[in-house]
Amino acid sequence: MRDEVPELKALAESAVEQARKAGADAVEAIVQSGAELSVKVRMGEPEMVHEAGSRALGLRVFKDHRSAVTYTSDFTPAAFAAFVRESVALAQLSEPDELNELPADDELARGALPDLELWDDATLSVDAAEALRRAVRGERAALDYDKRVTNSEGASYDRTVGASAFATSGGFSGGYRGTYQSLVVEPVCDDEGGKKRNGYHFTAARFLAALEEPEHVGREAARKTVAKLGSRKIGTRDAMVVFDPDAGRAILRLLVSCVTGTAFYKKSSYLIGKEGAQVASPLVTVVDDPLLPRAPGSRPYDGDGLPSRKQAVVNAGILETVLCDVYSARKLGRKSTGSAGRGVGGAPGVTTSNLVMQTGKTPVAEVVKQTEAGLYVTDMMGFGFNAVTGDFSRGANGFWIENGELSYPVSEITISANLEAILCGIDLVGDDLDFRTSTACPTFRVAKMMIAGS
Amino acid sequence: MTTLAARAPFAPTGPAAIDAAIAQQLLSAALASGGDYADLYFEYRASADFVYEEERVRNVGRGITLGLGVRVLKGDATGYAYTEELTQERMLATARTAGQIAAGGGAAPVAVPAQIAVADFYPVGLPTIDASPQGKLELLRRADRAARAYDARIVKVECSVSEELKEILVVTSDGRLARDTLPLVRFGVRAVAESAGKRQAGSSGGGGRYGMEYFDEVLHTPEAHGREAARIAITMLDAVDAPAGEMEVVLGPADSGILLHEAVGHGLEADFNRKETSNYSGQIGKRVASDLCTVIDDGTLPSSRGSINVDDEGFEPQKNTLIENGILVDYMHDRISARHFKRKPSGNGRRQSFRHAPLPRMTNTLLMPGQHTPEEIIRSVKRGVFAKRFSGGQVNISNGDFVFSLTEGYLIEDGKITAPLKGVNLIGNGPDVLTKVTMVGSDFELSDGMWTCGKDGQSVPVGVGTPTVKIAAITVGGTKAG
Repeated sequence: MRDEVPELKALAESAVEQARKAGADAVEAIVQSGAELSVKVRMGEPEMVHEAGSRALGLRVFKDHRSAVTYTSDFTPAAFAAFVRESVALAQLSEPDELNELPADDELARGALPDLELWDDATLSVDAAEALRRAVRGERAALDYDKRVTNSEGASYDRTVGASAFATSGGFSGGYRGTYQSLVVEPVCDDEGGKKRNGYHFTAARFLAALEEPEHVGREAARKTVAKLGSRKIGTRDAMVVFDPDAGRAILRLLVSCVTGTAFYKKSSYLIGKEGAQVASPLVTVVDDPLLPRAPGSRPYDGDGLPSRKQAVVNAGILETVLCDVYSARKLGRKSTGSAGRGVGGAPGVTTSNLVMQTGKTPVAEVVKQTEAGLYVTDMMGFGFNAVTGDFSRGANGFWIENGELSYPVSEITISANLEAILCGIDLVGDDLDFRTSTACPTFRVAKMMIAGS
Repeated sequence: MTTLAARAPFAPTGPAAIDAAIAQQLLSAALASGGDYADLYFEYRASADFVYEEERVRNVGRGITLGLGVRVLKGDATGYAYTEELTQERMLATARTAGQIAAGGGAAPVAVPAQIAVADFYPVGLPTIDASPQGKLELLRRADRAARAYDARIVKVECSVSEELKEILVVTSDGRLARDTLPLVRFGVRAVAESAGKRQAGSSGGGGRYGMEYFDEVLHTPEAHGREAARIAITMLDAVDAPAGEMEVVLGPADSGILLHEAVGHGLEADFNRKETSNYSGQIGKRVASDLCTVIDDGTLPSSRGSINVDDEGFEPQKNTLIENGILVDYMHDRISARHFKRKPSGNGRRQSFRHAPLPRMTNTLLMPGQHTPEEIIRSVKRGVFAKRFSGGQVNISNGDFVFSLTEGYLIEDGKITAPLKGVNLIGNGPDVLTKVTMVGSDFELSDGMWTCGKDGQSVPVGVGTPTVKIAAITVGGTKAG
């Protein structure tokens, strides 16, 4: 496929130029272009083929220390010219904010951008017919795995290719493109009492060759789903809790929502004032690394146009870095950590790239083996987290561990504790880690949480 | 909506006007490969938002999206494609791409589209997006002042207005053509309180398919939302650890409707039942709730956030009874599920945008009022939890387990509301919990439009409503045993 980046860069640079001419003091333009193919099969038959491409441009314009953020997908010359003029006029509605300015020129990424190997030509070799075949193979393997797999939510194969360019009147101009594909299989089993049990397994990667075989995905999905048969509620108690990597990722996302400059200046984090202090067990090290080759969350520059860099968020339990974009850094009187994300429709905001909790020394199988009694959590439900206080309470599914083994499946319970207690209570960290998604986490165990059940 | 001037390029007076002849041509192209049915969904959406933070206007934003989504059905399979460029060439190519799902076979005929008359459930003279920006900024300032004036311990306030005006045109190969214009506004305030080293936040918001008149209502003024956000933040400074385990729970009116939305609503969306992956599959005519429960989904409520004049497949919304006195009566349908169940669509085919295919979705989901006063219901509880405000909920359709996350709740001790509780998650099983509804209040309220529902990666605005409700036993996920 033709590399769209040069064209998108030219579009972004031209938008900056036009906005300057329309009276803006400073301008940023971001252009994103993408094409997606998404197919779904169910019970062996195609259910959906979804195919489309799109392109949109976002502007942030500054005029007399006031700013506006606008976007459009209409590139016809007359409509676009009107859009630029209106964007500049709109800025007059905001109120002056001396901190809300473009980054200083010497902060911007300069020179050649790092090549992070985010593009795979092979991605586009999978057309709708091949995507359907892969999905059928995955679902078939799940249905064949065990006769108790009686139904299916289906199997989906998705691929996206995208390119992005960013230009600022401060002199930054850059762009990059990337690919990503995934296959997910979601079997359903019938359980007693008319209940159904559903589960899933997925494979995802920037490079086609890195995907797991469809049959493997299907069998894993079926294995995980069948294991939930006979799931029951348990009694209310304190217990050890082991988080598998899927559930653990969610805990990691909660932590990071509390270590952004935005959360700090909005006084919306229980970690304010804790920099340099112990906020997690010494076994916990969390980094945000935008420069990992071929990783889903990698980016060569950030949403403010600053160079990407690796940040240790928590190092051996010590809170080291509050992730900042340019604006939140200024609010806090510090320097940006190059952690801005950016979509077409909004201003820069702090986002993580590849957020990774480092592996521990305990072989993953040992984490459960060393747990005499406790809960093994595979997925969680709900939104029960208060970033201001750290109070955490969510629904959970998983297995009860007895004598170091997964004994029976558990559902319809909640797990609760303050996030500080959860993170400080981590006493085992597994040696398993995968990079299917941009947040990656090994299996870990928390010494004590409250389980509410019957 | 005849009162609003159309601005969509595809409107009859627009520069890229779509008439019945062009639509018919596109539908024919979509069905050329042998599809059974096709539809076109044109959408123009203008949106704006204003954020007020630290006593100044921090952000102003505006955006326009425009596009056409084409759907082709062949059996149970859907082909879908969209374009943001409304040129003849791109639209035809998009129609053909969507049509590829049907490999061969004769093309279905395309009926001459006839415009259907739609009701007007949200008559708005001037949508907020066209109202003076200065007036909206003043609303934000008023809310900010009210929140700060509420208590000296309020240290941060953030206020926002988000608004949109959406124009749609739906044309189907079986001859329906419908247009609608949908206004939507949402106002929100978030306040942070700080005292003696403790910090807590509170939020209040609302809106719906209104113009600026929304803010004239006593409960909807910027001051009311500002004070409410501050009140919650201050109240929560004294919050105690919530209990853990099964107990009696009283749900307050209005927003507690998200319990219904999660516990039964999603499970009654007919796509899950067509696939037999819902635990309500095959349960029509059976008891699924206590006889105090009558649940309806009503897309026709005036100005409510979840209301629609026409659904995104060209069908009129209805007031659909889902559960009547505890007996499951009906599911919510889109075109595909209605065909499967051999019945008329129920006006629940909705989609997030032209980039998405429609699904059966809720509109405004309501529990009908009962006989008890709220005071009687609270008085009947020896020890339990009173749930007032929520941050959201989620359900597993297959097994019926659902959660909802409480942001303002209180202990009930000996029939009286006492200490505020730290945020806590409640978990139950839909069919089980609804059989444990033992009292239903007479104080029905509709939520002040703030809820957005997510399903299969698509978000749509919804409404919920309920009176005060008592559930005899549900698991409260606190940290305090006993």
